[in-house]
Parts: sequence; C-alpha cells; structure tokens
Amino acid sequence: MRYVDAVGIQIDEVRRVAALARLRLEAAEEQRLCAELGAILEAFERLQRLDTAGVEPTAHVEEFGAPLRTDEVTNLPADEALLAGAPARDGRRFRVPKIIE
Amino acid sequence: MSVPPYQWSLREAAARVRRREMSAVELTRTALGRIQAVDPAIGAFLTCCEAEALAAAESIDRRMAAGNDPGPLGGVPVAVKDNICTAGVRTTAASRMLESFIPAFDATVTAKLRHAGAVIVGKTNCDEFAMGSSTENSALGQTRNPWDPSRVPGGSSGGSGAAVAAREVYAALGTDTGGSIRLPAAFCGVVGLKPTYGRVSRFGVIAYASSLDQVGPLTRDVTDAAMVLEAIAGHDPADSTASPRPVPAYQDGLDAGVRGMRLGLPREYFVEGMHPEVDRAVRAAVRELERLGASIEEVSLPHTDYAIATYYLIATAEASSNLARYDGVRYGLRVPSANLGEMYERSRAAGFGTEVKRRIMLGTYALSAGYYDAYYLKAQQVRTLIRRDFAQAFQRCDALLTPVAPTPAFRLGERIDDPLTMYLSDILTISVNLAGLPALAVPCGMDSDGLPIGLQVIGRPFDEATLLRIGYAHELASDWHRRSPLP
Amino acid sequence: MTQAAAGAPWTLEGYEAVIGLEVHAELLTRAKVFCGCSAAFGGEPNTNVCPVCLGMPGVLPVLNRRVVEFAIRAGLATNCTIAPRSRFARKNYFYPDLPKGYQISMYEAPLCTGGWLEIVVDGVPRRVGLTRIHIEEDTGKNIHDLVAGGSLVDFNRSGVPLLEIVGEPDIRSPAEAGAYLRALRSVLQYLEICDGNMEEGSFRCDANVSVRPVGSSILGTKVEIKNMNSFRHVERALAWELRRQVRTLLAGERLVQETRLWDAEREETRAMRSKEHAHDYRYFPEPDLLPLEVSPAWIEEVRASLPELPGARRRRFEGEYGLSAYDADVLTQRKDVADFFEAGVAAGAQAKEMANWVTTEVLRIVREQRLDTQLVIRDWPITPAQVAALARLVDGGQITRNTAKQLLPRLIGTDDDPARIVEREGLAQVSDRGALQQAVREVIRQCPEQVAQFRAGKERVLGFLVGQVMKATGGKANPQVVQELLRAALSPERNG
Repeated sequence: MRYVDAVGIQIDEVRRVAALARLRLEAAEEQRLCAELGAILEAFERLQRLDTAGVEPTAHVEEFGAPLRTDEVTNLPADEALLAGAPARDGRRFRVPKIIE
Repeated sequence: MSVPPYQWSLREAAARVRRREMSAVELTRTALGRIQAVDPAIGAFLTCCEAEALAAAESIDRRMAAGNDPGPLGGVPVAVKDNICTAGVRTTAASRMLESFIPAFDATVTAKLRHAGAVIVGKTNCDEFAMGSSTENSALGQTRNPWDPSRVPGGSSGGSGAAVAAREVYAALGTDTGGSIRLPAAFCGVVGLKPTYGRVSRFGVIAYASSLDQVGPLTRDVTDAAMVLEAIAGHDPADSTASPRPVPAYQDGLDAGVRGMRLGLPREYFVEGMHPEVDRAVRAAVRELERLGASIEEVSLPHTDYAIATYYLIATAEASSNLARYDGVRYGLRVPSANLGEMYERSRAAGFGTEVKRRIMLGTYALSAGYYDAYYLKAQQVRTLIRRDFAQAFQRCDALLTPVAPTPAFRLGERIDDPLTMYLSDILTISVNLAGLPALAVPCGMDSDGLPIGLQVIGRPFDEATLLRIGYAHELASDWHRRSPLP
Repeated sequence: MTQAAAGAPWTLEGYEAVIGLEVHAELLTRAKVFCGCSAAFGGEPNTNVCPVCLGMPGVLPVLNRRVVEFAIRAGLATNCTIAPRSRFARKNYFYPDLPKGYQISMYEAPLCTGGWLEIVVDGVPRRVGLTRIHIEEDTGKNIHDLVAGGSLVDFNRSGVPLLEIVGEPDIRSPAEAGAYLRALRSVLQYLEICDGNMEEGSFRCDANVSVRPVGSSILGTKVEIKNMNSFRHVERALAWELRRQVRTLLAGERLVQETRLWDAEREETRAMRSKEHAHDYRYFPEPDLLPLEVSPAWIEEVRASLPELPGARRRRFEGEYGLSAYDADVLTQRKDVADFFEAGVAAGAQAKEMANWVTTEVLRIVREQRLDTQLVIRDWPITPAQVAALARLVDGGQITRNTAKQLLPRLIGTDDDPARIVEREGLAQVSDRGALQQAVREVIRQCPEQVAQFRAGKERVLGFLVGQVMKATGGKANPQVVQELLRAALSPERNG
C-alpha cells in the first residue's frame, strides 16, 4: 500500500535516495521504507515549528581549533597487511569491475 | 567459602595479580572458562581470542617476573565491543559487511588497554554499526539479558553489558552515541560511563556518528569504571577531536561524598508513561543522595521534546556518510558483479541489515539537495538550543539525576518491528550526546520481575570526577551493584 | 572566427565568451594532507598508503600544518582575504578511487576568498578575479585493466594535498585563459608550493564556458570542460567549445548544461555519458576536523616570507632595466630565470643585452636540456657570470655577436671564462679598416651579381655581402665597419 501524505515521502524520492546511497532495494523494501521514512519524517515535523532564527548550528561541541601536525613522513611504506582483506586484487592493485558510463 | 575469581571486582583482580596471588595466565584461563560455561546461553561474545589472550597474559607474567610493573590493569581479562578495532582479531561491527574483516591496526583505546596490561579475551556483540537500542540489530548473533534470557540486554553495547553482568570479564568497552553504554548498563544492572565528547580517542572506533560517538567502560562498580577510564582517556594525536586536557586521577577523591552538592532533576525526564517501578527506584536513589547531604532541586530542559528528532537527523546524516566507505572495493563484503554500479548496490544491500539501511536512507535524505536546510541544518540549530538548556541547568547544579530509560529491559522481539517506538527508548539518554556531556549509569534498583533499573547522573563537560563521586557515594549506601544474575 | 586586436576579447557572430577556470594544484609537501604517508610521486602501487588514506574502518584525519602554510602563501600571493576561521566539509560520492566515499574539502567557509591575478595578454595587462582558494585531498588513481577488463586502483595519490583555486568568470578569450594559467603557475612556482606540471597532473585545469550576446550581462548556459592536459590543449578546447556553443545557438538550438570532455586526438569536446542522477554531493561540515584557525600573526609570518612575486618583478624589470613588457614577462615567468638575469646584470652585463641572451640562448638551453621540468633550476649548465662576460665582450666590441653565439655552446658544462678563450684563440673582433679592406675587395670581386644588384638600388643585398665578409673572416669582422667599407667601395659607381 502506498504511503502518501503531505509530509511524507514519495516512492520516487525513496528510489532517488537509494540510488544516492548505492543501495539496491527490493520492491517490498521500497514500499516499507517509504512508509517508515514517511512516518519518521512526520514525527520530526515538530522541529520545523521551532523558531531557530539566529541560532548558530552546532558544527562541533568543542571550542578549540583544529590541531595541526608537522609535515613529516611518519608512515613506513605499506606491506601486504593492508591489502590482505582486498576482495579482488591484481598484484598490489585493487581490482573492480568495469564502470559503465 | 571463597568467592570465585569471576566475582571479584576489577580492582581486586588487578591487586591480586600484582600481589602474585594469581598469575595473569591463571586469571585469564578462569575468565575463558567462565565464558565457555555461561556464554552459550547469553551470546555476549562474537569472537573469543583465546590464543591472543593467553599470549598477552603470559607476557604480563613475564613482565612481572622481570620485576616490572604489570600496569594498572595488569593481567585483568576485559572485553572490547566489536566496533572497536583490535589488530589481528576479527572486528565486525556485528555486520555481514565486515564479517571477515581483520584490522591491521589497534584502535587507540585498544592500544591503551594493552599498555595498561589488560588482557583482551574477546569481542562483544552489539547492534550492527552501533545502530540500535537492544542489540537485536546484530547480524551475527543474539545476545540475551543475563537477568532474563527472554529479554534484551539493551543496546547498542549489549554484549559488553551482558558480559560484565554475567561476570565473564571484569570490564568491557562500549561505545555510546545516543545511550549505547548507559542503556545496556541499566538493563544489565552494571555501571556504564559515557565520557565527555573528546575525552577518549575515537581513532579505530568504527564510526557511526562522528560528532556523537564516545568510548567508555562498563564495569561492576564505580571504582572499576574510574580505573578503566584513567587507562583509556587522554589526548590522541591521531584524533583531531580528542581533547588535550590532562586526565585527572579519577580514583582519587572518589570517596569525597556528596555533601553540599547541588543535584538537579530535569522535570522533562520524569515522563508520563514511565514504568512506575523505574520512577520509584530512581526517586529512592535521589532521596538517598539527599540524605547523604546533597541538595535536590527541579530544573527544566525545555527543548527535551525535540531531542529525538534532532538526534536521529544528525546521527543518521553523519552515519550515511561514514558508511559510504563500505563499498566492496578495498575490504569487507563484495558481491561479485558484472559492473561497478551493481557491485556497489548489491554488496551494500547484502552487507547491511534493515536498521542500518533505514538510517542510511534517512541520513542521505536529510543531507540531500533541497532538504539540507530543513532537516540537517535545522537539527544542528536545535542541538545548540539543547546545549544551552544544559549549560543553564549547570549554572545552578553540579550534576543532574534522571532515569536511564523509561522502562526496564523489554522482551526480545517486542519493539524491533516498529522503528519509531525503538527510537523513543533513547529519549532520556540522547540529549547528553547532543550536548557532548559525560553521563554515568549506575544500578539503583530492581523491578518486581527482578530486572535492573538504572540511575543516570549527567555532568558538566570533563567533570567525570563529580559523576564518579556521586556514583560511589550511592554505591556505598546501597548494594545493587553487588547483585549478580548468575552464580 | 574574429580576433579584433591584440589582447581583445573573443567574439563570434555577436557573441562573447565568459570563461571561469578551476585549477587543482598538487602541493609539494613531504607528507599527505591528513596522514603521515609520503606524498612523493612514484613507488610501487599501494605502498605510500596507510589505514587513513585507504579509508579503513575507524580512521580519522589530522591536518598537515605545511599544507595550511602553503595555502596561506597562495592566498596572499593572489591578494586574497585569509579567513581567520575556515571549515572543512565532506563532499559525498561513490567512485573506486575515493576510499571513504567522500572527499574532505571545504565548502561554505573556504580559507581564502576574493583575490585576483594580473595577467598580460599581448602586452596588455588585465586582472582576473579569484573567487576562492581552499584545501582538499586528492583521490587515488583508477586505471583501466587492459587485460581483464574492469579497473585497477592505486591509492598512493589518495590524500595528497591539493589547493583548489577557483577563478571568477572574468576570462574573455582562449588566449587570456592561457595567460591566466601561465601566470598562476608562475606564482605557485615562485612560492615553491607546486611544480605546475600539467602533463604530469600536478596542475590541473577544468573550465566553465558560456557565451552571451556581446554587451549582455545575463549569463548563458554553462558547460564544464574537463580532460585538458596542457596549456595549449586548454586554449584549443576553449576555442572549439566556444565555436560549438555559438553554432548551436545560431542554429536555434538550446545548449545543455553538462560536463564535456576534451578529446585531444579528435580535437573536439564530447558530452560525458553520465548516470541519470546528477551529482548531489550532500556537503556538510566535516565532524572529524575542527575549524581551521589562522591567526593574524601566522598570516604576517607567511607574508614576510613571500618572495618578490612575478607581477611585481615584471614591473620592476620594466622600470629598473628599461625592458619591454614582453621581455620582462618572459624573464619573470620563472623565478630561477629571473634570478639568472639579475645575477648577470650584477656581474656587469648591460641589462638589455643580458635580457637578449637569456630570452634567446639561455632559455633555449633550458628547453633543450629539459631543465624546466624542475621546480627550481639549481645546477645551471652555464652560469650568469659566463653569459654576462659574453654579453660584455659583444657590448664592448671585443667580439662579434656571431662569435659570441658560437662560443656559448663551448661554455656549457665548463667554468671557462669566455674572455680567456677569446684571447687564447684570437677570436677578437677585427675592426681595423686596413685589415678588413682586403676581405671587402675580395668579396666584391667574387660576387659581381650581388654587387650589380646593390648598385641597381637593392639595399637588402648589402646584408648578403656583409655576411660573405663575415664568413671570409671567420666571423670576426666588425659588421658595422664592414658595412661602411662596402658602401664606400660600391657607392661611387651607384646610379641615381
């Protein structure tokens, strides 16, 4: 059953978001997520009613600036360990299937 | 009649190893035996690294034999939540995506535990990628509450909570993004501490929500929590968000008492629909602290009502980005496919469970073009208002007291099909993460079904010492923390 | 295609060009921007990598101070405002060479804004505005697996620091674009923060191109052009694309806002066949990095360390040495070449002479020996002192320019003093009239045809005759004197 509401989310939106997130969804999953996300977003609607004019968004709870490191090479050349979990390799390179433009 | 070693506190276990009353290897074997005996019914562990643990224990014993200090946690068996990297030991985040992933590096907290002499015996179960409040979202195993196997242990650090409650280990590390240390601590009747954001390094902690995640200990009592916090807290050059503030000696001054402290009760946290026994147990704990010399007053955190929405928009937005690296290219699950696009979509569909997908979808939506201002940006603004609420309350109070959850542990399967209801379990814990504050959960009672109830103590930034002091005072006046679900 | 006058904007059939260039410059730091891996080029695939730049679970970025310093340098050198507080942001998209599934960049609050670069096109100076400069990390390298299909990915370059330099759409012709890129590259080379090598990818350029009726202020449809691998390719791609856009509009069709790739072989731009969903990068502030704070003290420290910049140096060369705008421009494109020139002047050469030698002979050697692939030429095959000595010998009349040109190659790789060689081998210019009279007579006798032509009024033939005398005297004859002698010898019998 399709969930359509003023606040809710449309099925094509669900597809757009799934594509952005590189998630393959079955048709039933799409419907379910459509309903669930719609309900969640509706519950979150109350945020919109709150007046936040002039309120700075919190980017970080901390008050100090970015720590900086010295420009020096501290990592030794990598051995096999970091490549060991590669699903597919060609020598020292990771292999992936072809990109269809 | 002697107390079996697994009933010792961490402090006692460490002292006995240091006094050579028991070797690290012996103590480790005991723990491994205990795990073998009780864990099949509980399922706290996803991985038990026996060989590594015994090797580490041997090395502690050798250290001592050479006349060297074993470290403040020397020889003590501990567990680490499976979203924290342990070099050479499988680290899965309870996800099929990382089911076979073996990191080549330790998280900083892992390294610190090792440096302190602790013996890591295994990795505990959790909600997948730390997303959940019951550990039911784990793709790799089920964890049951040691107090009642038909109930959840809480989440997302349910395995850690259960492992400590069942006396399988003396301490376990968890992570807390919206309550994930405190909720399992409350449901399992143990102590759980979420430090101030930035107090403990996040390097090597598989990220869920970067601006909210923190690592903390689950232990049997407050002293043990202080000991573990001392070992893992501190600056880390590998984590830009880790505070450079020096780490106090948390064990010092634990017994200073609460006389003269001003403790606040936020009225919005004593919600309607709260389980009456929870309300009763928490208020009894409050009265106890008053009797011990603290003054109690009511405060208000007026934006509490907006916290769930704020949290779930920010956390899922950050998560949707943090989980983009799981694409089957360099590690993790890959579903062989004819082209790259399919590889991405199928690998991620197969690797991620339902709740993770739900949150990725929600987070991606909240950040997407046209919605960013209304959702993500708005939530970050409300976050500022929530932080201000706390700042104001802390002008009058040294700490705030609340329940950890509106109910004790619910039954397995009870909430899993309704995400919104599950999200509402977090109502009393998530604001703390939004504000980056420290919070301690201590057992303060039991309901008529014999299920633990937890008290939450919320503090000022970097004032873990006050929380531990309050928890300690409460402990001295009660014995909830000494109760154990299993013999 | 019309190009009205030197330095004029491009126009075609009543349309003018609106071009904005985006440059990505690889910075020459030792380590990568967010981890301690080496940023050096080369190495076996996936060796200059670590958990951080591989995007493993749980890793976090930590910012390299020198990257910030280089960014401040670039900002100051281009007259930007340096923000006291700037923020990193995540740019989210999926690609195999992007390990985290997002690139750490800057979005709403970049480090530098509102600068400008002075360019010179055909002697006409102009300012091109700079919108912003910010710091970001580079991706790995995706190469097609020719054997098995699919791609192979190497993350050695993942995390190398980049500056993104965005220019205002102030550029009005392909020639201006070329001038802008050269000027920008010069600045970065003077600052020693980037070696500016387009062919090797350390200096990359994408262009945003649109056209509009001449005089209109409404912007046309913007097309992004990528895959231009040299300055020449940039100019050609822009010229082609501008024509395409005008032709399309003249045919009554609409232009599509799209990204097109320059095909250097076919010499055309082609639309990329992209997926249905356009890029939604979902930028948000990077939670793992705190705001970058740059103090006024730091800015002043960097400002004090800046060298004299190309534009200022060029103007000084014009004023102080009386050089032409063109010569001054050529001399100041590279700091090491400008230094060479000034060292020669300090060694006693006359400025215009030295400029001549450097812009012709020395730069030729630089190109032949591919010295310009270095960021800074430190080992010169010939020294400023040697070139200055040659220049002074010619200037002072001791040798002919011809002789000097022959001497130059013999000095390469040695530290011989040209004056010594001249003395030793008797290469001095012969100016004595008596001595030259003989050769002049000989040439007149041997070239009756040219003599007749000159006497018939063909002035140009004199050059040939002078050349013959030069040949006969092994290049040592003073050409002015030879000319005078020839005229004197030939004129009494000239007609008219």
